Amino acid sequence: MKRTVLGALAVTVGLALALSASQAQAQNDRFKKVLDRGTLVVGVKADYKPWGFRNSDGKIVGMEIDMAQDVADALGVKLELIPVQSSNRMQFLQQGKIDLMIATMSDKANRRKVVGITDPNYYTSGTNVLAKKGAVSKWEDLRGKPVCGKQGAFYNKQVSQRYGAKIVAFVGNAEAKQALRDGKCIAWVYDDSSIMADLASGQYDDYEMPMATEDDTPWGLAVPLDEKDGIWGNFMSGMIYNWHRTGRLIELEKKWGIQSTAYLGAMNKKFEAYQPK
Amino acid sequence: MEVFADFFRDLYDTTGLNFVIFYEEYESERFIAAVWTSLKLIVICLILSLVVGIVGAWAQGAKSRIVRLVMAGYIQFFRNTPPFVQILFFYFVVGTTLERAGLMPLVDMGGWNEPLIGNFGWAVVSLSFFAGAFNVEIFRSGIEAVPTATREAAEALGYTRLKSFIYVIFPLAFRVCLPALNNNLVNLLKTTTLAYAIAVPEMMYTANQIWSDNVNVTEMMFVLFIYYIVLVGILVWLMHKWERKMIILGYN
Repeated sequence: MKRTVLGALAVTVGLALALSASQAQAQNDRFKKVLDRGTLVVGVKADYKPWGFRNSDGKIVGMEIDMAQDVADALGVKLELIPVQSSNRMQFLQQGKIDLMIATMSDKANRRKVVGITDPNYYTSGTNVLAKKGAVSKWEDLRGKPVCGKQGAFYNKQVSQRYGAKIVAFVGNAEAKQALRDGKCIAWVYDDSSIMADLASGQYDDYEMPMATEDDTPWGLAVPLDEKDGIWGNFMSGMIYNWHRTGRLIELEKKWGIQSTAYLGAMNKKFEAYQPK
Repeated sequence: MEVFADFFRDLYDTTGLNFVIFYEEYESERFIAAVWTSLKLIVICLILSLVVGIVGAWAQGAKSRIVRLVMAGYIQFFRNTPPFVQILFFYFVVGTTLERAGLMPLVDMGGWNEPLIGNFGWAVVSLSFFAGAFNVEIFRSGIEAVPTATREAAEALGYTRLKSFIYVIFPLAFRVCLPALNNNLVNLLKTTTLAYAIAVPEMMYTANQIWSDNVNVTEMMFVLFIYYIVLVGILVWLMHKWERKMIILGYN
């Protein structure tokens, strides 16, 4: 009897070991695949200036594309870009169509269950407003004034509760921005990264983003979920660490005309402090 | 009031049904403001659409060809375009163009302008004219149902065109077209929800905001449904009462 139990135990342990070994192997497919293929396939945005957009030649360029190029350079492979949308970017990764996703994605707990978001975060964005130059300078200036927004955005309530702004929310952003241009409201409240994209588009030269950003949410790049703790995930963590330490992300931010984010400065300072002087 | 709030807070804790508007101050204030705004919008639009309908029906039979053409143009424009498009058009195109052309009195509030007609005003204008166009046609059908003999009798008694319209034709026509009018007014009441597109904080708009902030879509949908069922019920009940009161025995 004792022997049977021990035998069964041995078989179970053996099976478990074999299983975990095969799992460990699966985890490390991607890195080798990329090297063998000689091409790194990255899912990026193609409609979100200046992070990822098409230039006048139709080529996809932007801050996140530069980051993807850095990764390809570090691996010594060619870079291939696949444009993705917010609604399908995680599926692209799950189905193995891309090796890596750098697509302005907010880091959320429920997303971490679906894709392998690697630490540390490479960017943050939060709530800010777009307003005519000089119209407002601090959040308190919005009290009692009409502020345009998009229906369903969570910060509408926060801005009206915290600062007493009268939120005038439209169905889409196009209408909300039109109402701002028509002078129907003093400002348009939205995500600061999207506002920066509008400022970079050249259509809002008389406008500015005057507030200190609130409610920062981190952004994460992602590898396939089962690769996260393998070579590929750890490699990407190393890339992000070095981007922060060397100030590369701050440099890219400047290159693409993005208003500097406090988060990048703080991360740079923190990681640089680890270096011996 | 506290017992009421506690009941719904309890309901949320025990069943997960989040009727936040009944126990959280901020949300209940928003909700009550929405009830008020939507009632105001509905009542004003109902009355104005009736006025537009009556005046329009009279103008349709005017002697002047130009007045008749203008009426026909108005009806075609408002009947043949979706009310949703009309609301957006009035607010973003007509309103803004009038402001830019300096035809709309504006108060510069520093960074933004307070126009004479804001989003609520444009919702009232477009919805009243939309339902008004149908009312004109409904009243016309009633007027045409008045026998020519009655018309001629009024003329023979020395009534002018306006006077015979007011004292003879319209009272009879009105009775004929009440059921159709009833339908159109119910429709108008429901169409006021479209004002959410230009950010008029009526019930649809506010329910949307509340369920976005509290993730209680199902519960707010129920509230929305019941709210409009009750409102339409009251309107239909009033209209039926009116209909019964206006019955002339022996006529229709």
